[in-house]
Amino acid sequence: MNLAVQDIRHNGGRFALTAAGIGLLLMIVLGMGGIYAGLVHEATLLIERLDADLWVVQHATRGPFAEISRVPANLAPRLEAVPGVATARRFVSHTVQRERAGQPWRFAVQGLDWPGDRGQTLPLVAGRSLGQAHFELIADQSLGLPLGERVRLGQDTYTVVGLTRGMTSSAGDPLTFFTLRDAQSVQFDLPGEAIRLERAARRARAGAIDLGLQQPALLERAGNAAAGLPALAPPSVSAILVTVAPGADATAVARIIAGWPDVSVYSKAEQRDLLLRGSVDRARRQIGLFRAVLVLVSAIIMSLIIYTLTLDKAHDIAMLKLIGARNRVIVGLILQQALVLGAVGYAIAWTLGQWIFPVFPRLVLITPPDLLLLAGIVLLISVAASGLGIWKALRIQPNIVLS
Amino acid sequence: MNPVRTATVSSVSAAPRELAVHVENLTKIYGSGNTEVIAVKNASFSVARGEVVALLGPSGSGKSTLLTAVGLINPPTSGRITIAGEAVMDGPRALVELRAFRRHHLGFVFQKANLIPFLTARQNVQVALEINDVAPRAARQRAGELLDHLGLGDRLNSLPFMLSGGQQQRVAIARALANRPGLILADEPTAALDGHLGRQVMTLFHDIAHEQRAGVIVVTHDPRSLDLFDRILEMEDGLLHARDH
Repeated sequence: MNLAVQDIRHNGGRFALTAAGIGLLLMIVLGMGGIYAGLVHEATLLIERLDADLWVVQHATRGPFAEISRVPANLAPRLEAVPGVATARRFVSHTVQRERAGQPWRFAVQGLDWPGDRGQTLPLVAGRSLGQAHFELIADQSLGLPLGERVRLGQDTYTVVGLTRGMTSSAGDPLTFFTLRDAQSVQFDLPGEAIRLERAARRARAGAIDLGLQQPALLERAGNAAAGLPALAPPSVSAILVTVAPGADATAVARIIAGWPDVSVYSKAEQRDLLLRGSVDRARRQIGLFRAVLVLVSAIIMSLIIYTLTLDKAHDIAMLKLIGARNRVIVGLILQQALVLGAVGYAIAWTLGQWIFPVFPRLVLITPPDLLLLAGIVLLISVAASGLGIWKALRIQPNIVLS
Repeated sequence: MNPVRTATVSSVSAAPRELAVHVENLTKIYGSGNTEVIAVKNASFSVARGEVVALLGPSGSGKSTLLTAVGLINPPTSGRITIAGEAVMDGPRALVELRAFRRHHLGFVFQKANLIPFLTARQNVQVALEINDVAPRAARQRAGELLDHLGLGDRLNSLPFMLSGGQQQRVAIARALANRPGLILADEPTAALDGHLGRQVMTLFHDIAHEQRAGVIVVTHDPRSLDLFDRILEMEDGLLHARDH
């Protein structure tokens, strides 16, 4: 006969409530681990999906995810000329915040180097990759845009042609994918008045110098669109993504590019490491520490619960001792109850998590190793928590039955 | 009222019979110095197997102290206790592993039944057997038989709160008998019962002692069932007297 099970059956309601409380606590512990894992996953998601061997960024910067990086768009053909480089894709990344239905509407814009990169490597759950050079976008489901939805951004209207799932930036903003030109249009969208004023200022600057005064054609051109002026470079991009040719040594290619004074180059692993040690690091450590505190709080609460349950049974334990029960019977009663409480709490935590975590605004990623880790933690907590109760139980004198 | 013999060293009435318990010069003192209280003073007595002995006395006379000392729950200050032929206490020093000894040789019944509330009647008896290494199936069967014998065959699966006081006390008696102890100690087992039920319980002790050849010591205030006892001991101010029966 198992005394622990009999006690639990007899006090089913109280036990269920206690287990539910512990389960909720463990769900928070599990959730903190999930938020931690989700943060890392989201932070590195884009790097994994874009699948570049090398990231070429502005000299002495850590890349577009760590800080502002600007490299000239014409860096791509230079890189393609390096031995061992298969492709060099221009990449733009910036965040946009607009108003939609009276609510802040925030998303990260990624520019893909059309026509080589149409987003065909993205995990689409609906629709298709980009099919034309302009006015199409692929959006993450979490942005709430259905397929075919038309979105006005800047001067242009874009149609949602594809949907992804779980694609968010390191800040948790849904990712959207445009062609590079469109992404830059969104980024450098200026009102007509600002453009007119800039053209007028440019014309005035040209008119103030000898060259402008001597060359009327130049003066006239200075007042036209910037794209028509060879003296003005096209807008810069955030980075160039290099794919190394099959069989080529990525380290050797990186060493060549690193010798250029105007850029810095990072491997995929280095870019991931920079991201995790940079913008995500503090949040990661904060969550990790908070989780450790939660585990400690859970252990203390479970200890007190087991201790209280033991006190409630003090008279019964004294009676068991009086009729000659060995210590292992008493220890088994308390330890088994602690383990059952922990196991049921764990099951409740896992079950509730399955329901609740998906509605969290940011990804809560529960991985099998995390579940195993929590199971280990619960086991340890249960054993440790029963220690206080066992200590008390072993000190109960059988003669309290007479009191 | 029966005359009281004043000899403090008691009557060992069954010299040729096997002794369930033999107590020599047992003294129990609580506190020390100015707060010292002598609860039991130089008590000596024996109870044979199959003998039912009543222990009478007013409140505070030391009856329960003597009973708990003999029950190896409350060690004496001095004196020697021998149970089933084995010396178990020499003063406060235990000569055996007390819990194991209680498990094998002693049965207890108290004023309150002290049943474990989360176990059924059968399980309350079964647990005493399983603690004594009886296999669960055999323990379950014996528990059922014992309770049936005590008239509780139809209440085997009842939890303690579903039973009347008398039924609870009978379960407690079944638990005390489960391991066929040589000595049963009962501390006012009928105090919470009405006269009729009280007599039933006392009769039960009488029958058990003779059927199972167990020595039984019953602390009681109830004079109505004294005819059921083989012998009466009386305590007053810590001194033990044998009383004519």
